[in-house]
Amino acid sequence: MTTSPHPQPGEPGAPPRPQSLSDLFISFTLLALQGFGGVLAVVQRELVERKRWLTQEEFIEDWAVAQIMPGPNVVNLSLMIGGRYFGLPGAMTALAGLLALPLVLVLSLAVLHDRFADSPQVAGALRGMAAVSAGLIGVAGLRLAAALKRSPLPMSWCVAIAAVGFVLVALLKCPLPYVLLGLGGLGCVLTWRRLAS
Amino acid sequence: MSPAHETLHLALAWSDWLNLFGHFLLLSTMSIGGAISTSSEMHRFLVEQHHWLTQDQFNAAIALAQAAPGPNVLFVALMGWHVGLNAGSVGAALFGVLVCMVGIMTPSTVITYTAARWGHRNRDLRAVRAFKQGMAPVVIALLLSTAWILGSSAGGGQWRLWLLSIAAGAVIWRTRLHLLWVLAAGALLGALGIV
Repeated sequence: MTTSPHPQPGEPGAPPRPQSLSDLFISFTLLALQGFGGVLAVVQRELVERKRWLTQEEFIEDWAVAQIMPGPNVVNLSLMIGGRYFGLPGAMTALAGLLALPLVLVLSLAVLHDRFADSPQVAGALRGMAAVSAGLIGVAGLRLAAALKRSPLPMSWCVAIAAVGFVLVALLKCPLPYVLLGLGGLGCVLTWRRLAS
Repeated sequence: MSPAHETLHLALAWSDWLNLFGHFLLLSTMSIGGAISTSSEMHRFLVEQHHWLTQDQFNAAIALAQAAPGPNVLFVALMGWHVGLNAGSVGAALFGVLVCMVGIMTPSTVITYTAARWGHRNRDLRAVRAFKQGMAPVVIALLLSTAWILGSSAGGGQWRLWLLSIAAGAVIWRTRLHLLWVLAAGALLGALGIV
């Protein structure tokens, strides 16, 4: 068993962290309320860039795990972050924060939906918010790409893998499990070999 | 103008609810990439096989959950809601939400929590480090793909919407302005018919 060369959260230097379960709950509720068309990019902006509970690298690594596990990736991420700071109660609190208020909202929307679905203003507003969300998610991806500089893999390999992944998922609409297993597996094997040397 | 909406009047027995619950438990264990990746199987089960949900309700559930704030998995809650409504009451609808959400969340939560704890305890193992760092480029590709897909599905990819996406991205990149303001601006532009 070797010790990690990187400082881990919880060691001296005291990186920012959630202060209490209610801090965790409120933080995840606010995250969820800002996430239209997906919460993940909001997590990157709020928890990494603003609150600094996670570094870019930790976020990417946690997300890799969240993505490969069954369940919605942002739900998995909330379980992992909550669990890291407060154990099982933390995981459940983060999950509850993520789901409780949005659930009430989405059910209210469902009740209103039949009445207003045909309104062009509502449809337009939803279109506008989706476009903003697309911009937000794209920025999150570009910002995280900077963290690849610290990958054991050469930058050119990382860019090549990411580019192939984008073509497969966005343009060719490949099923996600194949991309994760195939391309992700390739990345893992290459990294494993680089870590040996 | 308004299409003739199909309506369903169901009488669900306890065995049906149990069947529904069991099916969502099963789907949860297979939901790698999120619950949305099992939505075609949900469609087969709820709409085609059991006729518990109409096609309109199925589509609306996914679209509404995308449009509303919060994790997209809430489309599952909306499906449960509509199955319950079809069975006759708001009480049944709330019960449907409970059945579907607990079903879709429980197995994946247990698996992920357990695996993540193991991974964190063993984070210095070469295999664990290789997995996490090796997946990073694919993770970034997925984020960019999501942006692309969301951007092109919003209104068929008209240039003004793309421009809005890029402008919003620039604001978010350069400033620490709260996201809700940017979202509100997008909603306003859309509601006024400018984009």
